[in-house]
Amino acid sequence: MSAQVRPGWMEKPKPVTQAAKAVALVAVVLLVCVPFLVILSTSLASQREVVAGGGWVLWPQDPTFKAYEDILAGGVVTHALGVSAGVTVIGTLLSLACTVTLAYALSRPGVFGGKPVLLLVLFTFLFPPGMIPSFLVVKELGLLDSYASLVLPVLVNVFNLVVLRGFFQGIPEELYEAARLDGAGDWRVLWSIVLPLSKAALAVVGLFYAVAYWNSWFYASLYLESDHWPLQQVLRTYVVAGSGLTDTTTGEAAVNAPQTIQMAVLVIATVPILLVYPFLQKYFTKGVLTGAIKS
Amino acid sequence: MAALLRERPGKSTVSRSSRRPLGAPVKRKGFHRRRSRTLFLLMVPGLVYFLVFHYGALLGNLIALKDYVPFDGIWGSPWVGTGNFQRMFEDGAFWDAVLNTLWIAVLQLVFYFPVPLALALLLHSLTWSTVRRFVQSVAYLPHFISWVIVVALFQQVLGDTGMVNSYLGDAGLSTVDIIGNPDAFKPLVVAQVIWKDAGWGTIIFLAALAQVDEQQYEAAAIDGAGPWRRFWHVTLPAIRPVVVLLLIMRLGEILSVGFEQMLLQRDAVGPEAAEIIDTFVYYQGIVGGDYGFAAAAGLFKGVIGALLVYAANKVAHRLGEQGVYK
Repeated sequence: MSAQVRPGWMEKPKPVTQAAKAVALVAVVLLVCVPFLVILSTSLASQREVVAGGGWVLWPQDPTFKAYEDILAGGVVTHALGVSAGVTVIGTLLSLACTVTLAYALSRPGVFGGKPVLLLVLFTFLFPPGMIPSFLVVKELGLLDSYASLVLPVLVNVFNLVVLRGFFQGIPEELYEAARLDGAGDWRVLWSIVLPLSKAALAVVGLFYAVAYWNSWFYASLYLESDHWPLQQVLRTYVVAGSGLTDTTTGEAAVNAPQTIQMAVLVIATVPILLVYPFLQKYFTKGVLTGAIKS
Repeated sequence: MAALLRERPGKSTVSRSSRRPLGAPVKRKGFHRRRSRTLFLLMVPGLVYFLVFHYGALLGNLIALKDYVPFDGIWGSPWVGTGNFQRMFEDGAFWDAVLNTLWIAVLQLVFYFPVPLALALLLHSLTWSTVRRFVQSVAYLPHFISWVIVVALFQQVLGDTGMVNSYLGDAGLSTVDIIGNPDAFKPLVVAQVIWKDAGWGTIIFLAALAQVDEQQYEAAAIDGAGPWRRFWHVTLPAIRPVVVLLLIMRLGEILSVGFEQMLLQRDAVGPEAAEIIDTFVYYQGIVGGDYGFAAAAGLFKGVIGALLVYAANKVAHRLGEQGVYK
């Protein structure tokens, strides 16, 4: 177990205080975890058990993966899962590439146009363009009903840009000078010196982008026809708004077990976040704070 | 990407003349010019993005001065001057949306804002680091869950057939009508924000708490100050600047209260309870097709919002804080 260190000057806490703290901490943990447990358990329960439980189950007696088999058999959810995965991977790579190059250029002194460009970028933070004009730009560019409409309008995030720029500025100037004396150009310096030194910051920013792309649903509802929807928008329509699932999966299963299937979709949408969360958590506190302090 | 950047200088005529011939000694001046050009080229993709999707869209706000006719497009639609704004100021539904926005913002300020602070103080007071790190990990998690999933989770737990109501029913108590009830909507959205972001909000307070010099606590303790006096005279002064700063910043963003969260639940409770400025813009413009009118409302929010953020920063600077920008 880990160290429990109380400094010598601190009084031994009263049992009442200790108990109150313990209750508060358990409450916090339960408030976060129980909802996830309920959806997971319900998705694994049999239809009979869900009906007996009044629509939900805290702990399945007889776990079955039937709901997952049904929705992953090639229906709308399977397709949406593919769309979400594709948009997340390609979007994250494109966003990272554009954010890194811009942040690197803006972090070096004496770039032609560096100051005005930085002001231009920071101003968008103060004055976002607004929903209707953004929609019209996407429409005028002919991006309606294309997957590019989920990526291009949100390609570079100002906060992520500022975090990366701050990180690049923190790299000692001597390293740049040494590389330059060895004859490395700016591109080479970025690729061989700056990027390898910035793995932690790149991980944070990349994961932030990935989570944002995975969680995004509004742009899909705005720009895409329903047969191109990603998972979160499918989830919104069939679970939150409560439209029927009948026309989406193999009809039989949908009629039999709507609740377990809804919960299974919910679990599938949550699991990737849970999978990257440990990596995210390892770096984000540092990343967020550097960004907050530098900006 | 690499290929693209390597090719471009070759195509420009300026670059050819400045390129160093093979074997010639490195000239300082030429070296610097080349460096500047590479960096400038590195800026291009990101810059184009901001110009098209932010400044292009900003320019598109001109639509607020027009009566948008889809067939005629943005440029062909007739100008109506300030007509859209006049309609907006006379529209009762618009002012209802403004009131809802402010009301929800105030509720969040009163009931959400203190929660991360309290949670941070609780976490900071733990001496057992394993427990502290575990609770922190659990508490940060909901921040990364999408609003769609958060709303679905709340439906599952608090809905008519949800967990809470079936426990209450089994215990013979009266059930609670929360999901889909317009009267309970505003407390519900505040509770959702607390569930999703209170843990994440502790980060900045925990950082401030960690920067307090341990010796100050020790000195105070030796001078006979108990836990409460140490909290009052050491902890509070240390985190006050952060608290003041975050409060001012929140006031600056008072017109933004969770667009996605409201949009997901507006249909269930109706516009009287859930319409905020952003959803008003969405329903008038995207759903109703009244683009000029909706853009006017959006522009109104954008201008007031920018002025508020600017003013909030000025106040923060006046108080000797850094603000969001310098």
